[in-house]
Amino acid sequence: MTALEINNLTKIYPNKLIALNSINLNVNQGDFFALLGPNGAGKSTAIGIICDLTKKTSGSVKIFGHCIDENNDAAKSCIGIVPQEINFSLFETCLEIVVNQGGFYGIKRSHATKRAEKYLRKLNLWEKRNERSRNLSGGMKRRLMIARALVHEPKMLILDEPTAGVDVELRRSMWDFLIDINQQGVTIVLTTHYLEEAESLCKNIAIINHGKIVENTSMKKLLSKLNKETFIFDLNNPIKELPNLDNYNLKLIDTTTIEVEIDRERNINKLFEILTKKNIHITSMRNKTSRLEELFLKLLNNKD
Amino acid sequence: MYKRTVLIAFNTIVIKEVTRFSRIWMQTILPPTIAMALYFVIFGSLIGPRIGTMNGFNYIEFIAPGLIMMAIINNSYGNVVSSFFGAKFQNHIEEMLVAPIPNIVILAGFVTGGVARGILVGIVVTLVALFFTKLNLHSFSITIAIVLLTSIAFSLAGLINAIFAEKFDDIAIIPTFVLTPLIYLGGVFYSIDMLPEFWQKVSAFNPILYMVNTFRYGMLGESDINIFYAFAILIIFILILFFISLHLLNKGTGIKN
Repeated sequence: MTALEINNLTKIYPNKLIALNSINLNVNQGDFFALLGPNGAGKSTAIGIICDLTKKTSGSVKIFGHCIDENNDAAKSCIGIVPQEINFSLFETCLEIVVNQGGFYGIKRSHATKRAEKYLRKLNLWEKRNERSRNLSGGMKRRLMIARALVHEPKMLILDEPTAGVDVELRRSMWDFLIDINQQGVTIVLTTHYLEEAESLCKNIAIINHGKIVENTSMKKLLSKLNKETFIFDLNNPIKELPNLDNYNLKLIDTTTIEVEIDRERNINKLFEILTKKNIHITSMRNKTSRLEELFLKLLNNKD
Repeated sequence: MYKRTVLIAFNTIVIKEVTRFSRIWMQTILPPTIAMALYFVIFGSLIGPRIGTMNGFNYIEFIAPGLIMMAIINNSYGNVVSSFFGAKFQNHIEEMLVAPIPNIVILAGFVTGGVARGILVGIVVTLVALFFTKLNLHSFSITIAIVLLTSIAFSLAGLINAIFAEKFDDIAIIPTFVLTPLIYLGGVFYSIDMLPEFWQKVSAFNPILYMVNTFRYGMLGESDINIFYAFAILIIFILILFFISLHLLNKGTGIKN
């Protein structure tokens, strides 16, 4: 089943800015979908329309088959939203925020309290349940928004840059949590500026730029389009100059680090062999930038 | 099933609203109580005896219904305007907008919150008034009906103000420059019979005059105006405000892009 179906969606703001230009997008049930794009590309506008916070100019949006124009309540019941900006009352406690959200979705207070406990515990916020939300750290506020979005147990969770400004350890634990709920069947749509995040979490991807979808495919297919990769090699012993290798583009960063650009078709083992023969031993290697980041920049530059 | 869902959503908004103004009682309940106590001390106990009677009642007895009504009007309006604007300002109005709540339920929830605060402050001010004067109750049903209708009307007016407000100044302009003059000129402190004929006719356009006088009728059995006429005007006023605010919410004015 299609979880999210967007057809010819257009949004023109009163100042004539075309935020979305007839975009089409399908997200399948159970997918972990990345919606990427630079700032101002139209991601948040699209999410705003899906969640009924922004009025569309034309086009249609269906959520699990429910059209947002004709069956708005059913469509809304299927979605949980974690917005980019903090949007809860800073004077309410964590428990109040989550329980009230359950009430807005028609969940009885006693039941909503149980659900709130379940999700606050999962997100390590139960100890803070009676704390005013303004006293929470940035990471806790983000987790609170996730707990609030899940209280009505939606079929689809939309996260608009959920890990922005969150430290690495917390980001990793949020990833694990999202993977877990995705495995339980919740469809996830994620926007993020951390491309490493999208690369490791998402199965399918759409890239939006200037209000248009410039790429919409599976993560695997997209990454296979990358015909060159740049690696950083850390060397065991320092070298003064690079060996002359005609078929490889090598750059000496410092005496123990070299940068290598390798065509996708070329065998990297061959390079290791050559370097070993020349008494250059590699202790570790890594991608210079995330593969998705390279593709992302390429796509945006090509389509500009 | 749908009705039950909607009812739970409505209850949640009301609980949220009542919790909000109860949590900040030092800003919401205490100031009007102190202000009204000062009015009773100054205008009732100190100046009142020198004024003598008004329409056959001691001055303090005459102004007590007006002062109670003034507190109800200010607090029902103030509650909704500050709560709804606060929700817009902090973006947590989105919590309701993303949920399957009909706009009429959002409207009813905020208005009920305003009515609750208006009535609560009204009760507290009435208790304060009892320290200064005896209070009559000519008609319980008229008194309750006018309190409810007035607080509904001003809660709706507060909602419309909050929908259009873009900054904090915008929620202070109407209470300062419109509401306060209308209340002071609405027969709280005097009978309009004391005014020259021209100003009596001008006063007839002040809706608060009808509310204050009907409430005074409910308590004292005496009014400057026809109370059935007053109820009719108030109901029309409420209907107009209701349809305007519902239209604005449906249109997404001030809350949706």
